[in-house]
Amino acid sequence: MLAFIIRRLLQSVLVMLTVALVAFGLFRYIGDPINNMVGQEATLVEREQLRAQLGLNDPVPVQFARFVANAAQGQFGMSYRMARPVADVIFERLPATLELALISGIGALVVGIALGVYTALRRDGWLSQIIMSLSLIGVSLPTFLIGILLIYVFAVQLQVLPAFGRGEVVRLGWWSTGLLTESGLKSLIMPAITLGLYQLTLIMRLVRAEMLEVLRTDYIKFARARGLSDRSVHFRHALKNTLLPVITITGLQIGSIIAFAIITETVFQWPGVGLLFITAVQFVDVPVMAAYLVLIALIFVVINLIVDLLYFAVDPRLRVKRSGRGS
Amino acid sequence: MSDPTPPPLLSVRNLRIEFPTRRGTLVAIDDVSFDIARGEVLGVVGESGAGKSLTGAAIIGLLEPPGRIAAGEILLHGDPIHRLRPDQMRHIRGRRIAMIFQDPLTSLNPLLTIGQQLGETILTHLDVDEDGARKRAIALLDEVGIPAPAERIDHYPHQFSGGMRQRVVIALALCAQPELIIADEPTTALDVSVQAQIITLLKRLCREHDTAVMLVTHDMGVIAETADRVAVMYAGRLAEIGPVRAVVQTPHHPYTRGLMGSIPVLGADIRRLVQIDGAMPRLNAIPPGCAFNPRCGAVFERCRSDRPDLLPAGATRAACWLFDAGHASEQTR
Amino acid sequence: MNGKPIVSASSGIKTPSLFARIADNDLFYSFIRSPLTVAAAVVTLVIFAAALCAPLISPQNPFDPATLNLMEGFTPPMAPNAFTGNVFWLGTDAQGRDIFSAILYGSRVSLLVGFAAVGFAAVLGITLGLVSGYVGGWVDSLIMRIADVQLSFPAILIALLIFGVFKGIVPPSVQDKVAIYVLIAAIGLSDWVQYARTVRSSTLAEKNKEYVQAARVIGVPAPVILLRHILPNVMGPVLVIATIGLALAIILESTLSFLGVGVPPTQPSLGTLIRVGQDFLFSGEWWIVLFPGLTLLALALAVNLLGDWLRDALNPKLR
Ligand SMILES: Nc1ncnc2c1ncn2[C@@H]1O[C@H](COP(=O)(O)OP(=O)(O)OP(=O)(O)O)[C@@H](O)[C@H]1O
Ligand code: SF4
Ligand SMILES: [Mg+2]
Repeated sequence: MLAFIIRRLLQSVLVMLTVALVAFGLFRYIGDPINNMVGQEATLVEREQLRAQLGLNDPVPVQFARFVANAAQGQFGMSYRMARPVADVIFERLPATLELALISGIGALVVGIALGVYTALRRDGWLSQIIMSLSLIGVSLPTFLIGILLIYVFAVQLQVLPAFGRGEVVRLGWWSTGLLTESGLKSLIMPAITLGLYQLTLIMRLVRAEMLEVLRTDYIKFARARGLSDRSVHFRHALKNTLLPVITITGLQIGSIIAFAIITETVFQWPGVGLLFITAVQFVDVPVMAAYLVLIALIFVVINLIVDLLYFAVDPRLRVKRSGRGS
Repeated sequence: MSDPTPPPLLSVRNLRIEFPTRRGTLVAIDDVSFDIARGEVLGVVGESGAGKSLTGAAIIGLLEPPGRIAAGEILLHGDPIHRLRPDQMRHIRGRRIAMIFQDPLTSLNPLLTIGQQLGETILTHLDVDEDGARKRAIALLDEVGIPAPAERIDHYPHQFSGGMRQRVVIALALCAQPELIIADEPTTALDVSVQAQIITLLKRLCREHDTAVMLVTHDMGVIAETADRVAVMYAGRLAEIGPVRAVVQTPHHPYTRGLMGSIPVLGADIRRLVQIDGAMPRLNAIPPGCAFNPRCGAVFERCRSDRPDLLPAGATRAACWLFDAGHASEQTR
Repeated sequence: MNGKPIVSASSGIKTPSLFARIADNDLFYSFIRSPLTVAAAVVTLVIFAAALCAPLISPQNPFDPATLNLMEGFTPPMAPNAFTGNVFWLGTDAQGRDIFSAILYGSRVSLLVGFAAVGFAAVLGITLGLVSGYVGGWVDSLIMRIADVQLSFPAILIALLIFGVFKGIVPPSVQDKVAIYVLIAAIGLSDWVQYARTVRSSTLAEKNKEYVQAARVIGVPAPVILLRHILPNVMGPVLVIATIGLALAIILESTLSFLGVGVPPTQPSLGTLIRVGQDFLFSGEWWIVLFPGLTLLALALAVNLLGDWLRDALNPKLR
């Protein structure tokens, strides 16, 4: 168990270093950092001074090591566009994205699993057929189009929900939450649906396929042959085995929600890190891009670790060692 | 009012199983009839695809759609069970008829301890509380020869070897003292060294509990040693059925003779049938007349047009025109 | 005497080549039997044809400023314009541009980018997959590690990054001109992994088969072996991946264009049209965004349906 965790941690570190290398590459070689910092009027001497001061004349490996050391402390330099430390800007906006991602992720998971199980058990029922057809629309509907459609119906026509922004927020320490005010919650509804719908359809289709697979296995047949009730066969035997592989992929899905938030945040002008990133791409604000990249990678790695541990907890084949006894 | 001859434990009458497909209906089982008496072991043999598993699945009510019983009936002590509602059938499955599958490695749910799996089965069928169920589970494990059952009961399936797992499967099948166990190739997936142990165990337990067994297997050795009677299936039909000694030592149907190796039989010149060439026909290409006729060394006119019913042939009954009363006279003419 | 007797009827089911399977009635049968699939095929063909023939069938060239009449701006669908009396099926936008024509031309761009990106991804993925499977060793490890890492990041993020790099490197003066190629490359690069994985596993399975070994022994060069023997075996799955990939590429393109990092506004795709039209939603000109949106949805849905059907029909296991 410990060996497994250590190996996983090492792998995670490796992934982070790879991503850091990409981020460093962006930082170092896209545009001229000096130009971006001092503007056109600076003299050559001034430039050279700054260059030396920032260590841009050091050997590249040294620069990379420094980049990693700084990144580990959350320091990514100054945003070119906003002239503020990148870390500050990101931390300011992180709660908005995390709250959005969390709510839509949980919603997608709960509804997705429920619908997936339902459509697998009532495979030929008309409601299942309708749900499956709708899910294909869900997969084919670009996220931004869902958002626009929702805005048109609920904000423009019915005027019951705000079209953009996060509503009023309450500060809890450095965290700002929109979950405690009415306008905050109202503002969250449409973005959460927009962001969650695609994940929901994916999770649902995955759960359905996996469940159908499990229902075909011998141990389900044997459970039926022992006269167990449908309820026990479906929910005690099949569901647990279905969710096992679903955990992994769902973990990745939840991770990618953070990245997909870029689109949702753009549609709803949601003040999160996704909107920050897309603006950074448009204005080539490299430090922000680099920091966002590292942040996303970190979230992915952490989620992956959690998924691994969860797997460990759920599957006795990993948890309990085979005893050598028996014929 | 007592019936002079009580109905057999299980009676399969003219069973026909169909699979509707878009290219017409496949008849997988066609006009199969046999009985199993109380405590009797009926061996069922036949090539892969002959319909052995389907017959078993039909008896226990677990045919998978689109497969369906199109005709015939299945009687348990004379009561039809093939038309029961799913919730009624559930009380028969596990309680009165149990089933054992081929592969013990995949028959047990990997995420539940064997104690949990035994416990829920016992609680489903017997009127006991949790404690009683656990006690019974431990006793069952002991009975099937699992060492240290009180400790092993909380282990997961993957902690057992294949042979041990099949013992657990047998314990699960025996939970509610069923009258009939359908064992579908219970040893095929096991090591050769373990196979005999499992068969011996199954045989012993069934004798002790007076449980009947429908034993599907490819292993003629096991049949010869275990079964009371044998049914030979070919292309969804019964080819021959009779007492085990007769079927193994003096088979009559040319197909059975092929299966048992060539044993020349007096009265019919089919000495050339040393091995059977060709393959069993696909379900959509079963020839008219006798299904075996393309591969049969003794085939004659009538085999290609009329389908033979089971006819008395020595100590067995065989579905072959060679044993029709008219045939002998035709030969001498 | 004991053991499995005699012969088994179902020995060695060989998977026939793709073309044999397409020719097989089963595929055609399952196509005809699924009305949804037929409808999807019709929709796809109509949109493809309309996009291809856009200059022939569209009432105006929507991106030639000379043909636009500002007086005709914001004409609702199917209603005569207040000044000129002209009727536009799907209405016009702020500059009097006919939405129907804009959609035709926009689909052209969307499809062009989609097809090119899928082609790029397929060629890249198949090549890497073949090399990875055939050569093995550290080359294989390297390619598959990259695939793993990339697969754990969403395509949209990778495409956005590539775009960010492009914006930082290429001088602004030529950015608009090459944007579409960058878009194709970005989408293609974000989607090669599936091809590579499929082709690799198939290559691994095939490369030790006798006929490949024999070819190798008589000195047929590796690329020839790969192309002649292994490639045909993977065309089925690749076709499925490519079809679903086309839907994904179209969606990804429209998303990038919607985010403002895709094709330039002078050469709008469906995504660009939606981005521009979104602003008019609040003032009630819903048709500017709705019709391009519906076209995009219809296209993506139809292609997805085709991909789904193809996957099921070509999968012998499910039949
Ligand atoms: N879902 C189905 N659709 C069509 N045909 C089926 C289906 N299920 C089974 N069959 C056919 O029914 C026939 C009998 O199958 P069955 O599994 O009973 O054979 P078996 O005698 O148990 O063979 P084995 O020794 O391989 O277990 C086979 O020819 C098989 O092709
Ligand atoms: S009926 Fe005819 S074909 Fe069939 S087994 Fe008997 S002799 Fe052979
Ligand atoms: Mg079988």
